Amino acid sequence: MKGRFLEGGRRRRRAGWGKGVWGKGGWGRGGWGRGGWGRDGGPGKGVCAHCLNDLAPGMTCRIARLHGCGAIRQRLIDLGLVYGTEVTLIRAAPLNDPIAIRVGDAVLTVRRAEAATIEVVCV
Amino acid sequence: MSEGGRRILVALAGQQNAGKSTLFNALTGVSQHIANYPGVTVDKKSGAYREHGARVEVVDLPGTYSLTCFSPEERVVRRFLEEERPEVVVNVLDASNLRRGLCLTLQLIELGQPLVLVLNMMDVAERRGLAIDLGALAQRLGVPVVAAIGRKGVGCEELRQAIRRVAAEPRPSRLRLDYGEAEPALERIEAALAARPELGAAKRRGLAVKLLEGDGETERLAAKTAGADALLAEIRAARAEREAASSGAIGDGIAATRDRFAGETVAAAVTERRKGHVSVTERVDRVILNRLLAPVFLVLVVWGIYELSIVQGYELTKVTWPFLASARNFAAAILPDAGFLYDPQLRALGLWMVDSANTLLNYVPIFLILFALIAILEDSGYMARIAFILDRILHRFGLHGQSTLPFILAGVFAGGCAVPGVMATKGIPDERARLATILTVPFMNCLAKVPLYTLLINIYFAEAKGLVLFYLSTITILAALLVAKLLSVSVLRHKETAPFVMELPRYHLPTVTGVLRRSLERTWLYIKKVGTVVIAVSVIVYALLQFPGLPAERQAFYEARAEAAIAEFFEAMRGNSLAAAVPDQRALTDLVNVYTAYRAEKLNAQGAEASKAVDARYEERHADFYPFLKRSREADARAAAGALKSLAQERKTLRRQMREERIVNSLLGRVGRGLEPVTAYAGFDWKINVALLSSFAARESSVATLGVLFQQEEGQSDTLESRMGAEQRAAGYSALGAVALMLFFALYPPCLATTIMVRVQTQSYGWMLFSIVFPTLLGLGVASAVFTLGGVFKLSGLEALSLTYAAALLAVLAVGLLKRPFGKALPPPGIPAQRSTMS
Repeated sequence: MKGRFLEGGRRRRRAGWGKGVWGKGGWGRGGWGRGGWGRDGGPGKGVCAHCLNDLAPGMTCRIARLHGCGAIRQRLIDLGLVYGTEVTLIRAAPLNDPIAIRVGDAVLTVRRAEAATIEVVCV
Repeated sequence: MSEGGRRILVALAGQQNAGKSTLFNALTGVSQHIANYPGVTVDKKSGAYREHGARVEVVDLPGTYSLTCFSPEERVVRRFLEEERPEVVVNVLDASNLRRGLCLTLQLIELGQPLVLVLNMMDVAERRGLAIDLGALAQRLGVPVVAAIGRKGVGCEELRQAIRRVAAEPRPSRLRLDYGEAEPALERIEAALAARPELGAAKRRGLAVKLLEGDGETERLAAKTAGADALLAEIRAARAEREAASSGAIGDGIAATRDRFAGETVAAAVTERRKGHVSVTERVDRVILNRLLAPVFLVLVVWGIYELSIVQGYELTKVTWPFLASARNFAAAILPDAGFLYDPQLRALGLWMVDSANTLLNYVPIFLILFALIAILEDSGYMARIAFILDRILHRFGLHGQSTLPFILAGVFAGGCAVPGVMATKGIPDERARLATILTVPFMNCLAKVPLYTLLINIYFAEAKGLVLFYLSTITILAALLVAKLLSVSVLRHKETAPFVMELPRYHLPTVTGVLRRSLERTWLYIKKVGTVVIAVSVIVYALLQFPGLPAERQAFYEARAEAAIAEFFEAMRGNSLAAAVPDQRALTDLVNVYTAYRAEKLNAQGAEASKAVDARYEERHADFYPFLKRSREADARAAAGALKSLAQERKTLRRQMREERIVNSLLGRVGRGLEPVTAYAGFDWKINVALLSSFAARESSVATLGVLFQQEEGQSDTLESRMGAEQRAAGYSALGAVALMLFFALYPPCLATTIMVRVQTQSYGWMLFSIVFPTLLGLGVASAVFTLGGVFKLSGLEALSLTYAAALLAVLAVGLLKRPFGKALPPPGIPAQRSTMS
């Protein structure tokens, strides 16, 4: 499964709709509280090495870190996206964004911009 | 019992989709009351039941996932628990998704709330093969646990018992989570809090956790106590110490600890018998959310709603309209009788109000069906999937996946109402997208816009009806998208935004009562809010159209003409054997009224049978007048009928001329004339100005006012289409003018009822004013541009409309497909970090 991730902070472009805006491939401004958040909710600047956004449908991983902040981060936590939780990507929406993920018994939808701020590790 | 007359306050808390409202309905039955929490647009639902002499008041708190203070709902819940101090807090959990629900439970326990845990939707859990050991759960958490199936009312009795027990003898849970590495810091804060007993000993642990997390609301609470500075300093020190010791955020560790404990609890209390089983929901989603099938299915659903509610609902209004018409006839009968020239003010105003109310009530069947279908969509879980499918597109334009419902309600496909549309924006968690939705929802084609479209299309585009109607019903969507984008990068750019993180609920079979209740509730709200406002405003518009009235010399002129006509009638009747039936002018007025009513009824009567019935009724009721009405071969009767006919026609003409003169003279007429220099660029004359102004009260009245302004000549029974068409063509108007008018009407500001709803939903008069001024300027700008440019390039109406449509479509595609056309102008990310924590 590990081989399905692309290394080095570059991410796979998805058919036609993918947005490889996140170029720096690193830890933006350092620390968890900054960055990773397009102002108009546009494509998020990914800050994690492997993020939820990179999963292919059917893949499962474990949450390592949330790079969002404030209300957004709290909302993710509330919905059960906390450290150590297993997450499975079920499918992407017909237009590729947002994505549907399974957390525990529930199915959540997250925009790719937010998914790009959730760092995951493979299981 | 000894607690006679006692009042017990119970709060229902829980996450969204846990079935809180169904349980609330099952507990309280029909005695419910919906209000607003002060300052926020969150509904406060309360109800009550009596038991053993005690009055148990139940408040349904808004659904929240946790007790932070990021969302208005969470703040409302926090404040309610803090200030109202309910005797019992009933925590409702979705039995099939315990793990996530327990996080809220743990926070409630930490805050020392007197809890009763309700595992709702036990049937769903059972169907999914989950066996829950209630005893183990109760023991682990230290709170009473009740199983329930809210939809079927199962478990309500047990819940009432549990409420009674906890209210009689509250026993706080002894559960104390071990936060591991954070414990030293927590203990430090707890020790500091112990010196301030006014903050409450039972919730000390919870407060300490919140303070360590840096929760603003709790800090404000702590700052109110004596010697707050020392306390806050202590807290900051503890937090700094903790932050230095760990790598991640403090909140993460705490949330993860709670989640871990919840996971362990679920593992201990729940056994899953059918692990690895693919649920029905998932199997349905594989088809319905399939990349290729999803759009097809969505279009089918939207088309189905349109077909059932608008098309079939319209059929239904044909059945219900006679009831409204008979209500009008009833009002006409009990109001003072019409005079010969002047109607008593009471009669005119009364009928005007009944007519305004009728136009609105006429839509009730449509709304009942529409709201029922939408309730089915919501309850079944498909509405969330629509948001999931469309979010990508809507988000591009600054909207939100959940903006779909308001747009559908307001009439994406010609037919709807902006009032429930604006109301439905309540659920959108993203403040910026919510405001953008509120301000663009009125662009949709509500039912009331349709009559004017139909009128103008029939006059000018009889041969291209379908195409023009298609243009009009879709150009409003394009306009809404563009305006939403424009607003969200300009006036709304500093508003709080939120992520699209939403749960896709499992599919449920909606219950009949649930759907009916929601449909009736929303329709009733429409009648209540819209009805009262529209009737109030219709009175104002009436006054503006009536006053100051005719000058004295004009009145004398019309009176003289009426006298002449009456004298002529009596002259013709001299020597006629029927003259005895009309001894004086009073009787004559009665006769003319009966004649007018008779003609109207004969015109409406369908078929020979009905026509005969009308004859029979008049013969019985007005025996002495009947010879005037009936077609007869007798010479006297024919002469009398002829004299009456010409008198009635003269009266009609006089009344029409007076009304027109009155409107020209009226305040609204003067404003309409005053606006002519401005609206001339859009090709609107004063009559159209008056119609547009009066349509602010209710859009339906635009056509009604035009009907009055383009009065028909005597003896004619042309439709408004042909009258207006002839007059407009004579005055040099063209299809181009009609296009400008329709475009203006499409972008026209929301009607008064909607603006009031905008005020309610935004809590701001500023936005309400904006929602009026901005569309007016936009509409006038677009209409003027189309009319003026179209005139310069000598375009036909259809060409101008097609070009406008193409331009709008191109603009939408450009914004939608190009990469963030406005994004560069925005400040870089990083700033939102402070903004979102502050606000």
